[in-house]
Amino acid sequence: MKRHVTFAIATLILSAPAHAALSIFACEPEWAALSEVLGGNAVEVYHATNGLQDPHFIQARPSLIAKLRNADLLVCNGASLEVGWLPVLLQRAGNDRVQPGNAGNFEAAQYVEMMDKPAHVDRAMGDLHADGNPHIVTDPRNILLVATALSKRLQELDKPDAAAIQVRYEKFAKDWRAALQRWEASAQSLRGKKIVTQHRSWGYLLRWLGIEDVAELEDKPGIPPSSEHLASVLQIVKKQGVVAVVHSAYQDASPSQWLVNQTGIKEVALPFTVGGDEQAVDLFSLYDDTVRRLKEAL
Amino acid sequence: MNKYFINACVFAAGVSSVPMLVQAAEQPSSSYNPALSLILSGTYGSFSRDPTKYAIPGFSLASETGPGDQGFKLGESEISMSANADDWFSGVLTASLSPENTVTVEEAFIQASQLPGGLGVKAGHFLSNFGYLNSTHSHTWAFADTALVYRALLGNNYADDGVQLRWVLPTDLYTEVGVEMMRGDGYPFGGATQNGNGASTARLVMGGDVGASNSWQLGLSALRGSAAGRKTHVTDTSNELFTGGVGVDGVDFVWKWAPNGNVTERNLTLQAEYLQRHEGGTYTISSTDYAVSDMQSGSYLQAVYQFMPRWRVGARQDQVQANTPAGVAGTSLDAQGHIATRQSMMVDYKRTEFSQIRLQYSIDNSNLTSDNQVLMQYVLSLGAHGAHTY
Repeated sequence: MKRHVTFAIATLILSAPAHAALSIFACEPEWAALSEVLGGNAVEVYHATNGLQDPHFIQARPSLIAKLRNADLLVCNGASLEVGWLPVLLQRAGNDRVQPGNAGNFEAAQYVEMMDKPAHVDRAMGDLHADGNPHIVTDPRNILLVATALSKRLQELDKPDAAAIQVRYEKFAKDWRAALQRWEASAQSLRGKKIVTQHRSWGYLLRWLGIEDVAELEDKPGIPPSSEHLASVLQIVKKQGVVAVVHSAYQDASPSQWLVNQTGIKEVALPFTVGGDEQAVDLFSLYDDTVRRLKEAL
Repeated sequence: MNKYFINACVFAAGVSSVPMLVQAAEQPSSSYNPALSLILSGTYGSFSRDPTKYAIPGFSLASETGPGDQGFKLGESEISMSANADDWFSGVLTASLSPENTVTVEEAFIQASQLPGGLGVKAGHFLSNFGYLNSTHSHTWAFADTALVYRALLGNNYADDGVQLRWVLPTDLYTEVGVEMMRGDGYPFGGATQNGNGASTARLVMGGDVGASNSWQLGLSALRGSAAGRKTHVTDTSNELFTGGVGVDGVDFVWKWAPNGNVTERNLTLQAEYLQRHEGGTYTISSTDYAVSDMQSGSYLQAVYQFMPRWRVGARQDQVQANTPAGVAGTSLDAQGHIATRQSMMVDYKRTEFSQIRLQYSIDNSNLTSDNQVLMQYVLSLGAHGAHTY
């Protein structure tokens, strides 16, 4: 018996790889997907959330603490998107590598230009982000900016695999630029179209495609709209030739459906992130699907 | 009836699914500018029994463990400040202002933020890591009051001066062990025995996920220490004293469900704890000494269901019981064969993460005759709002 145990331990030690894969804790599916594309077999990525969850509201579950405790790198959105749960995980995980300010803490939002930074915030105006709109994932040009920064960070943390990561990054960047041209060409017909959004999460996407967001169903983010506001949205839809109302797949569609019933405009459910619907299985298909769904409706 | 009004009602039900940006209006805090938060709460209480005569036969209760006040009553206003001191340490102060114009330091502790290997350290005055409910602040509770077993065995909750060490094991299944060395000044201890080193706690917690929709946590806790001249049953003219050893053991279990882990629409939390307390020593009641070796225990089971965004309903069953040591007949320690129970139901509405209005109804059989309790409560959270634990 004793010999078996000794043998088992020896086998475990000998069979350990030359260096372990970099363990990544990715807060959202899009950053998990990007980490996998860039890191390849040099990384092992844990997806903290899925595409059907609202990244604002995640419970600081025991399993998340266990995963973060062993992570070498935290890849999150930042811009206080995760402020309702990530601070608890960071406090409880006892992992100095991933604390803010250390090399193992990567926040995507630091590498893109933020939209909608409010000059003044007051909770009576609803739940506004002081750092600006955190939903940077909806503009694929941001993905490239984040990929550049994340590739550098991965190479810093995993020197033996740096060359391979650089190769993967260059291939990804080339493919992504080609895809951007394809999407932009395909979405030309969407320019100047007018839509209504259910919640303020699409600013980056609409700016990218030149779609005009003429009204939001929620006038104050996170607070049910007043009847006056809804009346004004109905007026805007009728007067301004609005063609559709947009919401993300993880949101309850009933507010959008209410507007559809009132006005007869189209409803567009967009995947928002990887895994948000059945077609959005990776970063490329996320925007393929987003552009396709918009073109179908608008 | 205006059409838009109806629309707005239909809409309010649906749109509430829309994610709220929790972090909201928080300005980024800096080490020079501590995050400030203020909790305001108040109740309107209606009790069929006089709450000032609240008692549980078999228990000599700690102070402020009653069901509350009749009528309008301001709750404790809680002020909390926190900031990083430097790259190693952060600190938190939570003070509560009572409507009677007293200030209590609920928590004042420092913690290390850059420890490796799953380690965590806290020092100062804090709510003990014992059990599930003990370390939670009242504004995070799903009910207007704490579980009967916490009220009876821990004087609502055990807080003390001391040091806490925690270690998350490097396992895939979340496993954490924690120990605390405490002064022994807070109920159920008292008198800071053994040169101010009079209590200690240990806790083991495990937890994990079952698919994307379910998660669970199981905890085992132990609390050991001694008391010297611990005051209970305090009135203007008298009190009861206890000197001796105290041990409390507990097991707690939490199960949470949300479809695909998306808690914004619907979610369910099941929560249960069982606590058992042993005391061995001397009670001094009305100048008479009673040598006792007693055992008390209790449990609660609660379910809270968010059936649509912003709205939750909850039900809770409480129970506590004490054995009656020989020779204490006629004193507060005489359980008179009574098992105290309470059934509670609540419904609450959260307009945002920062405001909450709750209605709770309880049938409280703590005492020998039943008490029908109705509580209306508001809880507002202003300023910085910390992330919530599981």
